[in-house]
Amino acid sequence: MSGDALVSVDHLVKYFPVQSGSLIRRGREYVHAVDDVSFEVRQGETLGLVGETGCGKSTLARCIARLFDITSGKVIFEGRDISRLSQRRLRPIRRDVQMIFQDPYGSLNPRRRVGSIIGDPYSIHGGIDGKERKRRVQEVMELVGLNPEHYNRFPADFSGGQRQRIGVARALALRPKLIICDEPVSALDVSIQAQIINLLADLQEQLKLTYIFIAHDLSVVRHVSDRVGVMYLGKIVELAPVEDLYVKARHPYATALLSAVPIPDPEVAERRERIVLVGDVPSPIHVPSGCPFHPRCPKAEQVCVDEIPALIPRLGDGPDHVVACHRPMEVGEDLTASHPHISADERIVEPDVVGRPLTAQPEDERSR
Amino acid sequence: MMIEPAEMEPGVAVRSVDGVVVPSPVAVVGRSPWRLAFERLRRDRAAMIALGVIIFIVLVAIFAPLVATMTGHGVNQQFRDVPAGLTPDGLPVGPSHTFLLGTDSQGRDLLVRVAYGARISLLVGIVATILTVTVGAVLGLAAGFFGGVVDSIIARIVDVVLSIPYLLFAIALVSISHPSLTIVIIVIAMFGWAAVARVVRGQVLSIREKEYIEASRSLGASSWRIMFIDILPNVAAQIIVYATLLIPVSIVTEAALSFLGVGVPPPTADWGQMIAQSQQFYQQAWWYFVFPSLALLITTVAFNIFGDGVRDCLDSRVDRL
Repeated sequence: MSGDALVSVDHLVKYFPVQSGSLIRRGREYVHAVDDVSFEVRQGETLGLVGETGCGKSTLARCIARLFDITSGKVIFEGRDISRLSQRRLRPIRRDVQMIFQDPYGSLNPRRRVGSIIGDPYSIHGGIDGKERKRRVQEVMELVGLNPEHYNRFPADFSGGQRQRIGVARALALRPKLIICDEPVSALDVSIQAQIINLLADLQEQLKLTYIFIAHDLSVVRHVSDRVGVMYLGKIVELAPVEDLYVKARHPYATALLSAVPIPDPEVAERRERIVLVGDVPSPIHVPSGCPFHPRCPKAEQVCVDEIPALIPRLGDGPDHVVACHRPMEVGEDLTASHPHISADERIVEPDVVGRPLTAQPEDERSR
Repeated sequence: MMIEPAEMEPGVAVRSVDGVVVPSPVAVVGRSPWRLAFERLRRDRAAMIALGVIIFIVLVAIFAPLVATMTGHGVNQQFRDVPAGLTPDGLPVGPSHTFLLGTDSQGRDLLVRVAYGARISLLVGIVATILTVTVGAVLGLAAGFFGGVVDSIIARIVDVVLSIPYLLFAIALVSISHPSLTIVIIVIAMFGWAAVARVVRGQVLSIREKEYIEASRSLGASSWRIMFIDILPNVAAQIIVYATLLIPVSIVTEAALSFLGVGVPPPTADWGQMIAQSQQFYQQAWWYFVFPSLALLITTVAFNIFGDGVRDCLDSRVDRL
């Protein structure tokens, strides 16, 4: 499955300026949406990206698609740095990089017919119009399982799943190399989710596509991905082949996140301990020093406050399994048994987080 | 195998399966949001009656010369002797067989003049509205879409325009040039576009954050393409509603300017002007005051009711579903 890198992201940073203070004493602060992220996506693979709402995964996707300007760092697509290209010079690259959006209602213009929505890429890029355009649109509609006769209909005439197929068709129209799926199924019913995921899988095989697949549903990501990156506060904290991650997650955050995946077998589910993290995600404006997870980490030590951990293989893992943690988890280690080696007020955090109990607890103990 | 939709009966999709032609249960052509809105409008009785009245007024305006021919009275023809358009005291004569709506202070046939007055009202109402809406929509679209400096500049101009009293401005403008129809239209458009621009800007601000705009961007669509193909159709409903409600406002404004003597100059027949002149005679000649006022009232009410109907049928809440 592994091959050459199609896209590599190199120390990518995206800050959004926010206004703060009164009208007169206006300070400029920044939301650290994506903070020094590096990884690569290999030809033909599916790279999953997971994380809580607001962790920067959608921003990261939009930076790679160059819908946003990048604060610093590089995005290299097929060996070419596209991070500083103007919109005009980006156009040829847009043929190769497409996006599928989360909301099948918001992502289709309600005033335009399906045929012209899917046909847009052809008129923008190929200058293909009229009969030829219609033929191609109907071809791609057939490919994604839509009835080509519905060419003249409006998005309002379709169900959520069908609308998402329209979105897929639009993304496929120019036969791109990379498709960035930004939570493509999270707005759909579970039964429809499976259809769309299977469609994406079939298309990947047929058209040799590479996916970046963003989701917060961990079971979906496990199903579709070859490798998975876990994001927290704008950083990738762990990146590993999918089975490695689900079997031996090294980062305490990844461990806690994965412990929240529902298990269909009630007996297994009973034996498993769910880790409940205490405290809220810190504000992305005032990011904690060192490891961004240290204020909530049950294993935090002084080094976690002082030093940003590098994203490297640890505890003898292969080069594909990298984690940004000073105190990675051993296989079988119980996170709920850990206690931080530093006290709460030593952690450099916002005032409202300091002072609360910061140990992770098993769920049953907590509910008592 | 698929049959070209062009060969099919409208509304009935036909698929050929293994050589057997079977009608598919689905219609091929989706009904556009515009079509649906139009069908809703057709069911609105008040709006349809108002539309009938509007069509009648338009016909009167178009065929005003025919009214003149039928009565045999020219629009500016003054009847001093036979048939007598003025009483021996020099006052207007009341409605009669000769002058169905009576005459004015110059002994001219009021019916013919009211008919000709419709031309000016409709002309100003429609031309001024088109101008107002075009300027307002383009600037509002630009302000909302580009934001930043463009938005700030346009917003400041809007603020300035909305704070100038248009009547005083019109009177001042006429005093340095001559009153004319063109000036009336320019004054109306100059002070009307700002409100349209504000409405459109607000709409564009919300639409440009939609995912389908992002989708167009990711396809590499140019700003122009996004503005006119993706955004404009989505604000068009609001623009149309605003335009239909702006027509009666423009008509009334024109009448007001003419009433004040800064509008359409005499001897052109104009409702506002007629109402102004009739004031001196309201005790002796009620018809002189009543008929032009009634014409103005009926026209504006008809346009307003129709505009309300259009607004209801284009309500964006309905076509989201």
